[in-house]
Amino acid sequence: MQVYLPIAEISLDAFLLLGLGGMVGFLSGMFGVGGGFLMTPLLIFIGVPPAVAVGTEANQVVAASVSGALAHWRRGNVDIKMGMVLLAGGFVGSGFGVWLFTVLRQHGHIDLVISLCYVIFLGVIGALMVVESVRAWMSSRSGAGARRKLHLHTWMHGMPFKMRFRRSKLYISALLPLSVGVFVGMLSAIMGVGGGFVMVPAMIYLLGMPTSVVVGTSLFQIIFVTANVTFLQSVNNQTVDVVLALLLVLGSVIGAQFGTMWGARLRGEHLRGLLGLIVLAVAARVAFDLTVAPAALFGLGHGGVR
Amino acid sequence: MRVAVLARLAWLVAFAPPLVAGGETRADGPLIADLSSREIAITTSFAGTELLLFGATDGEGDVVVVVRGPARREVVRRKERVAGIWLNGTAVTFDHVPGFYFVATSRPLDRVAPAETLAHLQIGVETLKLEARGAATPKLAAEFHAGLLGAKQASRLYSRKPGTVSVQGGRLFRTSIRFPANVPTGVYSAEVHLFRDGRPISVSKTPVIVRKAGIEARIYDFAHEQSALYGIVAIVIALVAGWLAGVVFRKA
Repeated sequence: MQVYLPIAEISLDAFLLLGLGGMVGFLSGMFGVGGGFLMTPLLIFIGVPPAVAVGTEANQVVAASVSGALAHWRRGNVDIKMGMVLLAGGFVGSGFGVWLFTVLRQHGHIDLVISLCYVIFLGVIGALMVVESVRAWMSSRSGAGARRKLHLHTWMHGMPFKMRFRRSKLYISALLPLSVGVFVGMLSAIMGVGGGFVMVPAMIYLLGMPTSVVVGTSLFQIIFVTANVTFLQSVNNQTVDVVLALLLVLGSVIGAQFGTMWGARLRGEHLRGLLGLIVLAVAARVAFDLTVAPAALFGLGHGGVR
Repeated sequence: MRVAVLARLAWLVAFAPPLVAGGETRADGPLIADLSSREIAITTSFAGTELLLFGATDGEGDVVVVVRGPARREVVRRKERVAGIWLNGTAVTFDHVPGFYFVATSRPLDRVAPAETLAHLQIGVETLKLEARGAATPKLAAEFHAGLLGAKQASRLYSRKPGTVSVQGGRLFRTSIRFPANVPTGVYSAEVHLFRDGRPISVSKTPVIVRKAGIEARIYDFAHEQSALYGIVAIVIALVAGWLAGVVFRKA
């Protein structure tokens, strides 16, 4: 059944979109990630203009994060103070990101920048995940669980504007979470993702937050940052397609339920290794598209022809 | 604001025909023509459409049908390879590029009329007068001109169908015009030219309006005219949908 998408201005099969939503929803339920980093490239592969894919995905991530964030909120797994500092940075970063997006779009370079961001960030994060999970798997086999220090004290702890985060049991410079927020906000605006795949490792390894509050706090701030991106993309670029977003949401909430059930059967390091491989595969595909000779040398307008 | 759009559209419907169709033919002329519909509505299920163009002539002759879409500025970008990566390089701007261009004929175009005549009437994609701005050399301009036509043909917005105007009894003619799903909106002009012995005898012009209709049009207008409110509504829909999904599946 073909559906004409009013903002993307193309017509696509509704069942294809529901299926895509379901598949990405399944993976995001299984691995506990937002799925924006998978959905945006997939939308571009099936012909949605990259700018619309990014704007619409930000909107979809809002929906995808709500129920998870609420569940964590009820269980008290959200460090509100930390979330607010991250959010302050997130608003600045996403505002700057959308501005950069608009400028790049006018000069015809946005498609390239989106792709490059995907190759770089997915490549690095995917590789780190695979390496980490293989190490964890090896050490669990050898029996001796490697001990890690609770806190590593480095130059970062000498930075000014120290703030106490009771829920996370941390006393660190507010500049640290603030800059993490700015960085993830920019990624969110340019890549159309929640940014959990950067945020969660940054919270654990950089800020040293306890894992119990990491996911809840990350989801809490992702809702507001992606909402901000949705708003700014709507105002500046008119690239948020609500029809497309709704179809994807519908598919993904159903897929996520099955994904969660499946995910519970797998072990942590296996899950992370598998997710790492998927992330690497997406990065490889985007990189391949960048380097292979295009079918048409000449393109028109903003998005160009495919 | 939506009222303003409707008013503009009503104005187009009411006044565009005489404006576009400067030489609307009278029924007693050598040529009359009409279309199965003068309006194409892009709705939710729109996946392209076909219009039937038909008419009659007062005797033997060659019939050429040309459909032009609304003109607009196009920026043509060439993909160039830098450090192994393909990116958008040189850009050339063309003004007044028809958003859609379709030619159908009863015989191959080169046998209908001499090239100069066709060029004068701008019949055929290659006769379109497209000025390149920002091209350093004439050679580059020509290259981008070809690139523009190629891109338009690849997206099926420019097409030619020689020999697809069927003529019956030397008088009645008909042809079908294919509009793909990605047709731009605006006022189109469907021209029918009658040639005899290579000379243009008569022309009939009929306007066709392509517009978004129904919920599609509302969403598009909403997004472009009240984009701040649209953004807020998009966020609220996402919040409610996400929350609802959580509630439904917790109970299930």
